[in-house]
Amino acid sequence: MSIMANVSSLNVNGKKLRIDADSQTPLLYVLRDHLNLTGTKYGCGEARCGACTVLVDGQPVRSCVTPVARVSEKQITTIEGIGDEGKLTPLQDAFLKADALQCGYCTSGMIVSATALLKKNPKPSREEIVKHMDGNICRCGTYLRILNAIEMAAGTAREVAE
Amino acid sequence: MTNSIDKLEVERYELFEAPAYRFSFNRRQFLKAFSGGIALIVPMSNLVAHTLQQEQGESGRNRASERVPEDIGAWIHIDESGMVSAFTGKVEIGQNIRTSLAQAVADELHVPLTSVRLVMADTDLTPFDLGTFGSMSTPRMAPQMRKAAAAARETLIALAAEQWNVAPTDVRIVNARFVNHDASKSLTLAEVAKGRKLVKTIPPDEAITPVRDWTVAGTPAPKVDGRDFVNGKHQYTTDLKRDGMLYGRIVRPSALEAKLVTSDTKAAEAIPGVVVVRDGDFIGVAAPDRETAIRAEKVIAVHWEAPGQPGNDELFDYLKKNATTESRGSRPVGSIADGMAAADKKLAQTYTVAYIAHAPLEPRATVAEWNDGKLTVWTGTQRPFGVRSELAEAFHIPEEKIRVIVPDTGSGYGGKHTGECAIEAARLARGTGKPVKLVWTREEEFSWAYFRPAGVIDVSTGVKNDGTVTAWEFHNYNSGSSGLPVKYDFPNQNIQFHNSKSPLRQGSYRGLAATANHFAREVHMDELAHLINMDPVEFRLKNIKDERLKAVLQAAAKTFGWGGKKTDGRGVGIACGFEKGSYIATAAEVSVDAKTGRVKIERVVESFECGAIVNPLHLNNQVEGAIVQAIGGALFENIQFKNGQILNGKFSQYRLPRFSDVPKIEVVLLDRKDLPSAGAGETPIVGLAPAVGNAIFDATGKRIRSMPLTG
Repeated sequence: MSIMANVSSLNVNGKKLRIDADSQTPLLYVLRDHLNLTGTKYGCGEARCGACTVLVDGQPVRSCVTPVARVSEKQITTIEGIGDEGKLTPLQDAFLKADALQCGYCTSGMIVSATALLKKNPKPSREEIVKHMDGNICRCGTYLRILNAIEMAAGTAREVAE
Repeated sequence: MTNSIDKLEVERYELFEAPAYRFSFNRRQFLKAFSGGIALIVPMSNLVAHTLQQEQGESGRNRASERVPEDIGAWIHIDESGMVSAFTGKVEIGQNIRTSLAQAVADELHVPLTSVRLVMADTDLTPFDLGTFGSMSTPRMAPQMRKAAAAARETLIALAAEQWNVAPTDVRIVNARFVNHDASKSLTLAEVAKGRKLVKTIPPDEAITPVRDWTVAGTPAPKVDGRDFVNGKHQYTTDLKRDGMLYGRIVRPSALEAKLVTSDTKAAEAIPGVVVVRDGDFIGVAAPDRETAIRAEKVIAVHWEAPGQPGNDELFDYLKKNATTESRGSRPVGSIADGMAAADKKLAQTYTVAYIAHAPLEPRATVAEWNDGKLTVWTGTQRPFGVRSELAEAFHIPEEKIRVIVPDTGSGYGGKHTGECAIEAARLARGTGKPVKLVWTREEEFSWAYFRPAGVIDVSTGVKNDGTVTAWEFHNYNSGSSGLPVKYDFPNQNIQFHNSKSPLRQGSYRGLAATANHFAREVHMDELAHLINMDPVEFRLKNIKDERLKAVLQAAAKTFGWGGKKTDGRGVGIACGFEKGSYIATAAEVSVDAKTGRVKIERVVESFECGAIVNPLHLNNQVEGAIVQAIGGALFENIQFKNGQILNGKFSQYRLPRFSDVPKIEVVLLDRKDLPSAGAGETPIVGLAPAVGNAIFDATGKRIRSMPLTG
């Protein structure tokens, strides 16, 4: 695909959507600005914080450094595509139960990243969770609660949050 | 007992460009906006005005002579459907006051939390508020909300009683229903409020429910709108869109203090859809999409000239050299000379603290829109009314022509007090005639916001071999005066703060200088304990009379298992303190890699006491979060700069705490239902760095006197 070509469609959350974006535009901004899927956040622009994480064919990807052309043929899942309309997944539910957020700005990226982990490894050890999630920053510092939420969703929680 | 908040040192390090004189939402406007139902207004009483003046001092605008107008402090509205709306100028930035303030209102009205909606931080709808900082929401705003809600309850009871033709004392609220004496009749909130149009001003001394009778407050209620965050639906400022909205970018100077010499914007102007806005040294662009705006910004040719400026290597000398002779602090107690003469041992040491960044995950962002000369901005700030003043000054328009709305924001930590981003977006919107969204990049956030102040602290003390500290002299240069007074019982003290010239723009940060002052004090206390061969906990207890401080220290030591068996390659340390009405003690265990010297915090126990606990769930969360955030300042955060340029201003160069850095954390909350609730968002951050520093010494014998603790 040539650098200047535009991308005209994208498969997002099970739907084929029409877009008109320069091939090099980061996926993050196509989702946010073109498709109004604003649950995916900008945090650093260099794949260092994980706020922009989406799933591409089930794999967690940092959308802020992913040119849209690279994923135009793939299946993209954003936070809006996790859980059915109006129904939370057990992981989202666990985030609420564990109070695993403060300002919530990192939450979408955390849930998308952890969703990918649990799909690949339904009963991860705490060490495996830490390793998988280490690229996601929560500046409010709710990491222990997020670990707890993931373990609650996996059914391996040692203790339930107060 | 005396209210400890009243004795707070005034903190100057809040950044404000313009004073806020105007309190424009007066009672008349409120009445105009009020359509029906029942409204209860808490006026700014003398008591509140006094608080306001203190907060003004705290916020760096110490204008004691300023007249605080008769105005509205808080209000609550119960509409004809029975929905309760509580209005406050405070902002929600992750500290969960949208939940805790709603709990207070629900408590007084005896209604479920789901019946209460908080309207926050909208300068057209909510009462004036100086800002969300200084841990004031819980001790100051919650009681005001309670008063309004209590008055609402009494008014509604009177109306129900009237309807039944019984005495008000025969009416109670049970499970959100009004019932008569034998519960044979009942009415809902909606049934009582229906068809009413009643506004009542309540006296400031309206009785509120004592802590022992709380039913909703004091419980671990989950975040009221948590669902919108886990499904990605919550709209932060960065997520907002307006019809015809353009995307803005700013052409940034080459360095701090840089002046524009030449510029050429022709290439940018030639790009279809691009508007270039110039105003003095301000150059910005706006375009229908973000990519075009970036392209336009890049093709603008600019030449800046910046003066030479100090860098890290000379920072601490520079701060001491440029300290003003004026110093501030409490009046010296006793005589340092006498105290030194009575000492068996003396110790003088210097401690340093680096500049660090707030790095809120949501960068500064604004959507600005002008309609018929009226400006509306949506922006993430901790001071909506302050930002309104800054905008009024920047655009020479009255504040009545400006509305600032703060969507619940992606954190702040003291870093979002100012209105630069709002002013820039508003300037672009005025220049283009269209709504403009401006979201600062991470690099802009590092370079053009402000930092926690760096500082140098000289401590010189005398101690007796029995553990009595006889002299305590403490000089803080530049980092600030919060947390400066000691809660130890030292007979001879001289504690001073000295202003200096900061090479970087600096401002408030979670806990302000309390972190720096606790670091120096508590590391020094550890040094003194070792100097006289006394256990650090025993040594501290020897110098503490304050029972609350003693209680947190003992609680932390006990839960931690202080004095237990030592493990090779590991060390333990402890620290305690007091700030903003609450008490804290932190114990930490670290491991130090013998080869690499890498420090890992293995375990932290923190005990915290902030009076009566409002929400144990979110309090735990705040304390844990503060400990985790403190890891950054303790171990790695350190802004590098030279000649007005930030050299590590991105996440790939500026290390923040991550999952793998987090130790095992145990939080011990001491609930003092007999004491008023203090704010809890800040103080829990101050204990970690000294505890870890002391633990590193325990493990290695190496004393580190700098934050970060990088030796």
